[in-house]
Amino acid sequence: MTELPLIGEAVAVAAAPRLAGARIGVVTFPGTLDDRDAARAVRLAGGTAVELWHGDSELGDVDAVVIPGGFSYGDYLRAGAIARFAPLMSKIIDAANSDAKLPVLGICNGFQILTESHLLPGSMIKNDHLKFLCRDQVLRVENSNTAWTLDYQAGQEITIPLKNQDGQYIADEKTLDALEAEGRVVFRYVGFNPNGSRRDIAGISNAAGNVVGLMPHPEHAVEPGFGPESLDGIGGSDTDGLGFFTSVLNKIVGGDK
Amino acid sequence: MPRIVVDVMPKPEILDPQGKAIVGALPRLGFTSFSSVRQGKRFELTVDGEVTEDILAQARNAAETLLSNPVIEDVVNVEVVEA
Repeated sequence: MTELPLIGEAVAVAAAPRLAGARIGVVTFPGTLDDRDAARAVRLAGGTAVELWHGDSELGDVDAVVIPGGFSYGDYLRAGAIARFAPLMSKIIDAANSDAKLPVLGICNGFQILTESHLLPGSMIKNDHLKFLCRDQVLRVENSNTAWTLDYQAGQEITIPLKNQDGQYIADEKTLDALEAEGRVVFRYVGFNPNGSRRDIAGISNAAGNVVGLMPHPEHAVEPGFGPESLDGIGGSDTDGLGFFTSVLNKIVGGDK
Repeated sequence: MPRIVVDVMPKPEILDPQGKAIVGALPRLGFTSFSSVRQGKRFELTVDGEVTEDILAQARNAAETLLSNPVIEDVVNVEVVEA
Protein backbone atom coordinates (compact mmCIF):
# COMPACT_ATOMS: atom_id res chain seq x y z
CA MET A 1 0.00 0.00 0.00
CA THR A 2 1.19 3.52 -0.72
CA GLU A 3 0.45 6.61 1.33
CA LEU A 4 -0.57 10.01 0.03
CA PRO A 5 1.02 12.77 2.09
CA LEU A 6 -1.63 14.69 4.05
CA ILE A 7 -0.15 18.02 2.98
CA GLY A 8 2.22 19.08 0.25
CA GLU A 9 2.31 17.63 -3.22
CA ALA A 10 -0.13 14.81 -3.82
CA VAL A 11 2.49 12.32 -4.86
CA ALA A 12 2.16 8.83 -3.48
CA VAL A 13 5.03 7.67 -1.32
CA ALA A 14 5.87 4.10 -2.18
CA ALA A 15 7.52 1.84 0.35
CA ALA A 16 11.22 1.32 -0.11
CA PRO A 17 11.37 -2.01 -1.97
CA ARG A 18 13.91 -3.50 0.43
CA LEU A 19 11.74 -2.75 3.46
CA ALA A 20 8.32 -3.45 1.97
CA GLY A 21 8.73 -7.16 2.60
CA ALA A 22 8.99 -6.60 6.35
CA ARG A 23 5.61 -7.22 7.97
CA ILE A 24 4.76 -5.36 11.16
CA GLY A 25 1.63 -6.52 12.99
CA VAL A 26 -0.56 -3.91 14.68
CA VAL A 27 -2.90 -5.32 17.34
CA THR A 28 -6.46 -4.08 17.80
CA PHE A 29 -8.34 -4.72 21.06
CA PRO A 30 -11.86 -3.50 21.84
CA GLY A 31 -11.17 0.12 22.79
CA THR A 32 -7.86 0.52 20.96
CA LEU A 33 -7.59 4.03 19.48
CA ASP A 34 -4.26 4.38 17.75
CA ASP A 35 -4.06 1.26 15.60
CA ARG A 36 -4.71 3.22 12.39
CA ASP A 37 -1.99 5.73 13.18
CA ALA A 38 0.45 2.96 14.10
CA ALA A 39 -0.26 1.14 10.83
CA ARG A 40 0.21 4.37 8.90
CA ALA A 41 3.52 4.97 10.67
CA VAL A 42 4.68 1.51 9.64
CA ARG A 43 3.81 2.24 6.00
CA LEU A 44 5.39 5.71 6.05
CA ALA A 45 8.57 4.11 7.38
CA GLY A 46 8.52 1.77 4.39
CA GLY A 47 7.13 -1.45 5.84
CA THR A 48 3.95 -3.44 5.42
CA ALA A 49 1.38 -3.11 8.22
CA VAL A 50 -0.60 -6.23 9.11
CA GLU A 51 -3.85 -5.90 11.06
CA LEU A 52 -4.03 -8.29 14.02
CA TRP A 53 -7.18 -8.93 16.07
CA HIS A 54 -6.96 -9.59 19.81
CA GLY A 55 -9.20 -12.66 19.51
CA ASP A 56 -6.96 -14.38 16.94
CA SER A 57 -5.34 -17.54 18.21
CA GLU A 58 -2.44 -17.38 15.73
CA LEU A 59 0.08 -14.60 15.27
CA GLY A 60 0.59 -15.36 11.59
CA ASP A 61 3.53 -14.27 9.51
CA VAL A 62 4.78 -11.05 11.09
CA ASP A 63 8.34 -9.85 11.75
CA ALA A 64 7.45 -7.50 14.63
CA VAL A 65 4.38 -6.34 16.56
CA VAL A 66 3.13 -2.94 17.71
CA ILE A 67 0.62 -2.83 20.57
CA PRO A 68 -0.91 0.61 20.14
CA GLY A 69 -2.50 3.01 22.58
CA GLY A 70 -6.10 3.57 23.55
CA PHE A 71 -8.37 2.22 26.25
CA SER A 72 -8.52 -1.54 25.75
CA TYR A 73 -11.58 -2.88 27.55
CA GLY A 74 -12.32 0.65 28.72
CA ASP A 75 -9.36 0.49 31.13
CA TYR A 76 -11.70 -1.57 33.33
CA LEU A 77 -10.09 -3.33 36.32
CA ARG A 78 -6.64 -1.83 35.57
CA ALA A 79 -5.28 -0.38 32.34
CA GLY A 80 -4.21 -3.33 30.19
CA ALA A 81 -5.25 -5.97 32.74
CA ILE A 82 -7.96 -7.66 30.67
CA ALA A 83 -6.24 -7.22 27.30
CA ARG A 84 -3.25 -9.08 28.71
CA PHE A 85 -5.28 -12.31 28.71
CA ALA A 86 -6.53 -11.99 25.10
CA PRO A 87 -5.78 -15.11 23.02
CA LEU A 88 -3.35 -13.24 20.74
CA MET A 89 -1.37 -11.88 23.71
CA SER A 90 -0.24 -15.34 24.81
CA LYS A 91 1.17 -15.87 21.30
CA ILE A 92 2.92 -12.50 21.42
CA ILE A 93 4.36 -13.24 24.88
CA ASP A 94 5.69 -16.61 23.68
CA ALA A 95 7.18 -15.09 20.51
CA ALA A 96 8.81 -12.22 22.44
CA ASN A 97 10.41 -14.68 24.87
CA SER A 98 11.44 -17.18 22.17
CA ASP A 99 14.90 -17.51 20.65
CA ALA A 100 13.63 -15.56 17.64
CA LYS A 101 13.05 -12.59 20.00
CA LEU A 102 10.11 -11.06 18.15
CA PRO A 103 10.41 -7.26 18.39
CA VAL A 104 7.41 -5.86 20.29
CA LEU A 105 6.65 -2.17 20.88
CA GLY A 106 3.98 -1.15 23.39
CA ILE A 107 2.81 2.45 23.21
CA CYS A 108 0.83 4.01 26.09
CA ASN A 109 -1.96 1.47 26.74
CA GLY A 110 0.28 -1.00 24.87
CA PHE A 111 3.03 -0.32 27.46
CA GLN A 112 0.49 -0.97 30.23
CA ILE A 113 -0.46 -4.26 28.55
CA LEU A 114 3.23 -5.26 28.39
CA THR A 115 3.72 -4.62 32.12
CA GLU A 116 0.54 -6.54 32.95
CA SER A 117 1.91 -9.35 30.74
CA HIS A 118 5.18 -9.31 32.74
CA LEU A 119 7.13 -8.80 29.53
CA LEU A 120 8.29 -5.56 31.16
CA PRO A 121 8.74 -4.91 34.90
CA GLY A 122 6.91 -2.35 37.02
CA SER A 123 3.50 -0.86 36.46
CA MET A 124 1.65 2.34 35.69
CA ILE A 125 -0.64 4.11 38.15
CA LYS A 126 -2.66 7.31 37.84
CA ASN A 127 -0.73 10.49 37.09
CA ASP A 128 0.37 12.12 40.34
CA HIS A 129 -1.74 15.20 39.48
CA LEU A 130 -4.75 12.95 38.67
CA LYS A 131 -5.53 14.70 35.38
CA PHE A 132 -5.48 13.52 31.81
CA LEU A 133 -2.58 15.30 30.15
CA CYS A 134 -1.91 15.90 26.45
CA ARG A 135 1.26 17.73 25.43
CA ASP A 136 4.29 17.66 23.19
CA GLN A 137 6.91 15.95 25.34
CA VAL A 138 10.68 16.05 25.09
CA LEU A 139 12.37 12.69 25.68
CA ARG A 140 15.99 11.66 25.82
CA VAL A 141 16.88 8.41 24.08
CA GLU A 142 19.04 6.71 26.72
CA ASN A 143 19.59 3.43 24.88
CA SER A 144 19.94 3.29 21.10
CA ASN A 145 20.64 -0.44 20.98
CA THR A 146 17.08 -1.77 21.28
CA ALA A 147 15.19 -3.11 18.26
CA TRP A 148 13.09 0.06 18.24
CA THR A 149 15.79 2.73 18.80
CA LEU A 150 18.67 1.70 16.50
CA ASP A 151 18.13 4.73 14.25
CA TYR A 152 18.58 7.20 17.13
CA GLN A 153 21.78 8.34 18.83
CA ALA A 154 22.22 7.70 22.55
CA GLY A 155 21.52 11.01 24.30
CA GLN A 156 19.47 12.34 21.40
CA GLU A 157 16.45 14.43 22.41
CA ILE A 158 13.20 13.91 20.54
CA THR A 159 9.76 15.51 20.87
CA ILE A 160 6.62 13.39 20.48
CA PRO A 161 3.05 13.69 21.82
CA LEU A 162 2.11 12.39 25.27
CA LYS A 163 -1.54 11.78 26.21
CA ASN A 164 -2.64 9.71 29.17
CA GLN A 165 -4.15 9.57 32.63
CA ASP A 166 -2.45 6.44 33.99
CA GLY A 167 1.12 7.29 33.05
CA GLN A 168 3.02 7.27 36.33
CA TYR A 169 5.65 4.55 35.98
CA ILE A 170 6.47 2.83 39.25
CA ALA A 171 8.58 -0.12 40.36
CA ASP A 172 10.40 -0.96 43.56
CA GLU A 173 13.86 0.52 44.13
CA LYS A 174 15.61 -2.77 43.43
CA THR A 175 13.91 -3.09 40.04
CA LEU A 176 14.66 0.55 39.20
CA ASP A 177 18.33 0.10 40.13
CA ALA A 178 18.52 -3.03 37.96
CA LEU A 179 16.89 -1.25 35.00
CA GLU A 180 19.41 1.58 35.27
CA ALA A 181 22.39 -0.74 35.69
CA GLU A 182 21.41 -2.86 32.69
CA GLY A 183 20.72 0.14 30.43
CA ARG A 184 17.07 -0.77 30.19
CA VAL A 185 15.79 2.76 30.81
CA VAL A 186 15.32 3.53 27.12
CA PHE A 187 13.60 6.94 27.36
CA ARG A 188 13.53 9.61 30.03
CA TYR A 189 11.37 12.73 30.29
CA VAL A 190 13.40 15.89 29.80
CA GLY A 191 12.65 19.27 31.37
CA PHE A 192 9.32 18.26 32.91
CA ASN A 193 8.11 15.04 34.46
CA PRO A 194 4.49 14.96 33.28
CA ASN A 195 3.11 12.27 35.59
CA GLY A 196 5.40 11.62 38.56
CA SER A 197 7.12 8.62 36.97
CA ARG A 198 9.99 7.25 39.06
CA ARG A 199 13.38 8.61 37.93
CA ASP A 200 11.70 10.43 35.01
CA ILE A 201 11.30 7.11 33.20
CA ALA A 202 9.23 7.35 30.01
CA GLY A 203 10.07 3.96 28.52
CA ILE A 204 11.95 0.74 29.25
CA SER A 205 13.00 -2.48 27.54
CA ASN A 206 13.34 -6.13 28.45
CA ALA A 207 16.81 -7.59 28.99
CA ALA A 208 17.17 -8.67 25.34
CA GLY A 209 16.09 -5.27 23.99
CA ASN A 210 13.44 -6.68 21.65
CA VAL A 211 10.51 -5.59 23.84
CA VAL A 212 10.15 -1.84 24.42
CA GLY A 213 7.32 0.06 26.07
CA LEU A 214 6.80 3.79 26.50
CA MET A 215 3.97 6.14 27.43
CA PRO A 216 4.43 8.87 24.76
CA HIS A 217 3.28 8.30 21.17
CA PRO A 218 5.90 8.05 18.40
CA GLU A 219 3.21 7.07 15.86
CA HIS A 220 1.73 10.57 16.12
CA ALA A 221 4.99 12.19 15.03
CA VAL A 222 5.78 10.61 11.68
CA GLU A 223 4.60 13.15 9.14
CA PRO A 224 5.56 16.77 8.42
CA GLY A 225 2.88 19.17 9.63
CA PHE A 226 1.17 16.67 11.90
CA GLY A 227 3.62 16.11 14.72
CA PRO A 228 4.91 18.47 17.37
CA GLU A 229 6.12 21.63 15.68
CA SER A 230 9.44 23.11 16.59
CA LEU A 231 10.06 26.84 16.68
CA ASP A 232 11.07 26.47 13.05
CA GLY A 233 7.61 25.22 12.19
CA ILE A 234 6.97 22.32 9.86
CA GLY A 235 9.98 20.13 9.39
CA GLY A 236 11.30 20.62 12.91
CA SER A 237 10.49 17.77 15.29
CA ASP A 238 7.37 16.75 13.38
CA THR A 239 8.77 13.38 12.45
CA ASP A 240 10.81 12.53 15.54
CA GLY A 241 8.75 9.35 16.06
CA LEU A 242 9.48 7.84 12.66
CA GLY A 243 12.79 6.43 13.86
CA PHE A 244 11.01 3.80 15.99
CA PHE A 245 9.55 2.26 12.87
CA THR A 246 12.58 2.64 10.59
CA SER A 247 14.71 1.13 13.39
CA VAL A 248 12.75 -2.09 13.55
CA LEU A 249 12.44 -2.32 9.76
CA ASN A 250 16.18 -1.90 9.33
CA LYS A 251 16.80 -4.49 12.02
CA ILE A 252 14.47 -6.98 10.31
CA VAL A 253 15.95 -6.41 6.88
CA GLY A 254 19.57 -6.07 7.90
CA GLY A 255 19.78 -8.44 10.83
CA ASP A 256 21.50 -7.38 14.02
CA LYS A 257 23.27 -4.05 13.93
CA MET B 1 -26.53 -17.62 46.49
CA PRO B 2 -23.18 -17.30 48.24
CA ARG B 3 -20.63 -14.79 47.10
CA ILE B 4 -16.89 -14.69 47.53
CA VAL B 5 -15.71 -11.20 48.39
CA VAL B 6 -12.19 -10.19 47.33
CA ASP B 7 -10.68 -6.96 48.66
CA VAL B 8 -7.68 -5.43 46.91
CA MET B 9 -5.68 -2.46 48.21
CA PRO B 10 -2.76 -0.48 46.79
CA LYS B 11 0.48 -1.60 48.44
CA PRO B 12 1.31 0.47 51.54
CA GLU B 13 4.56 1.79 50.04
CA ILE B 14 2.81 3.01 46.90
CA LEU B 15 1.39 6.51 46.90
CA ASP B 16 -2.33 6.32 46.19
CA PRO B 17 -3.11 9.46 44.13
CA GLN B 18 -6.86 8.88 44.32
CA GLY B 19 -6.81 8.52 48.10
CA LYS B 20 -4.74 11.66 48.32
CA ALA B 21 -7.34 13.59 46.32
CA ILE B 22 -10.14 12.28 48.54
CA VAL B 23 -8.39 13.22 51.78
CA GLY B 24 -7.97 16.71 50.35
CA ALA B 25 -11.71 16.97 49.67
CA LEU B 26 -12.96 15.72 53.07
CA PRO B 27 -12.19 18.87 55.10
CA ARG B 28 -14.06 20.96 52.55
CA LEU B 29 -17.22 19.11 53.65
CA GLY B 30 -16.43 19.50 57.31
CA PHE B 31 -14.94 16.03 57.83
CA THR B 32 -11.79 17.05 59.64
CA SER B 33 -10.98 13.90 61.64
CA PHE B 34 -9.33 11.87 58.87
CA SER B 35 -5.63 12.28 58.20
CA SER B 36 -5.34 9.93 55.23
CA VAL B 37 -7.42 7.90 52.80
CA ARG B 38 -6.47 4.89 50.72
CA GLN B 39 -8.83 3.68 48.02
CA GLY B 40 -9.10 0.00 47.16
CA LYS B 41 -11.39 -2.32 45.24
CA ARG B 42 -14.01 -4.85 46.35
CA PHE B 43 -15.00 -7.69 44.02
CA GLU B 44 -18.03 -9.94 44.58
CA LEU B 45 -17.86 -13.32 42.87
CA THR B 46 -21.22 -15.08 42.82
CA VAL B 47 -21.18 -18.88 43.10
CA ASP B 48 -24.06 -21.04 41.89
CA GLY B 49 -24.25 -23.57 44.69
CA GLU B 50 -21.97 -24.42 47.56
CA VAL B 51 -18.56 -22.79 47.95
CA THR B 52 -16.14 -25.70 48.13
CA GLU B 53 -12.48 -25.49 49.09
CA ASP B 54 -11.65 -25.91 45.40
CA ILE B 55 -13.83 -22.95 44.41
CA LEU B 56 -12.34 -20.82 47.16
CA ALA B 57 -8.87 -21.75 45.95
CA GLN B 58 -9.87 -20.74 42.42
CA ALA B 59 -11.07 -17.39 43.77
CA ARG B 60 -7.73 -16.85 45.55
CA ASN B 61 -5.90 -17.71 42.34
CA ALA B 62 -8.07 -15.34 40.29
CA ALA B 63 -7.48 -12.64 42.90
CA GLU B 64 -3.70 -12.95 42.50
CA THR B 65 -3.61 -13.29 38.71
CA LEU B 66 -6.36 -11.06 37.32
CA LEU B 67 -8.12 -9.08 40.04
CA SER B 68 -4.89 -7.61 41.42
CA ASN B 69 -1.49 -6.65 40.04
CA PRO B 70 1.08 -7.83 42.63
CA VAL B 71 3.48 -5.07 41.57
CA ILE B 72 1.19 -2.37 42.92
CA GLU B 73 -1.58 -4.09 44.87
CA ASP B 74 -2.17 -6.59 47.69
CA VAL B 75 -5.10 -8.96 48.03
CA VAL B 76 -6.04 -8.14 51.64
CA ASN B 77 -9.14 -10.31 52.07
CA VAL B 78 -10.90 -13.28 50.45
CA GLU B 79 -14.03 -14.41 52.27
CA VAL B 80 -17.32 -16.17 51.68
CA VAL B 81 -20.49 -14.17 52.29
CA GLU B 82 -23.78 -16.08 52.40
CA ALA B 83 -26.61 -14.30 50.61
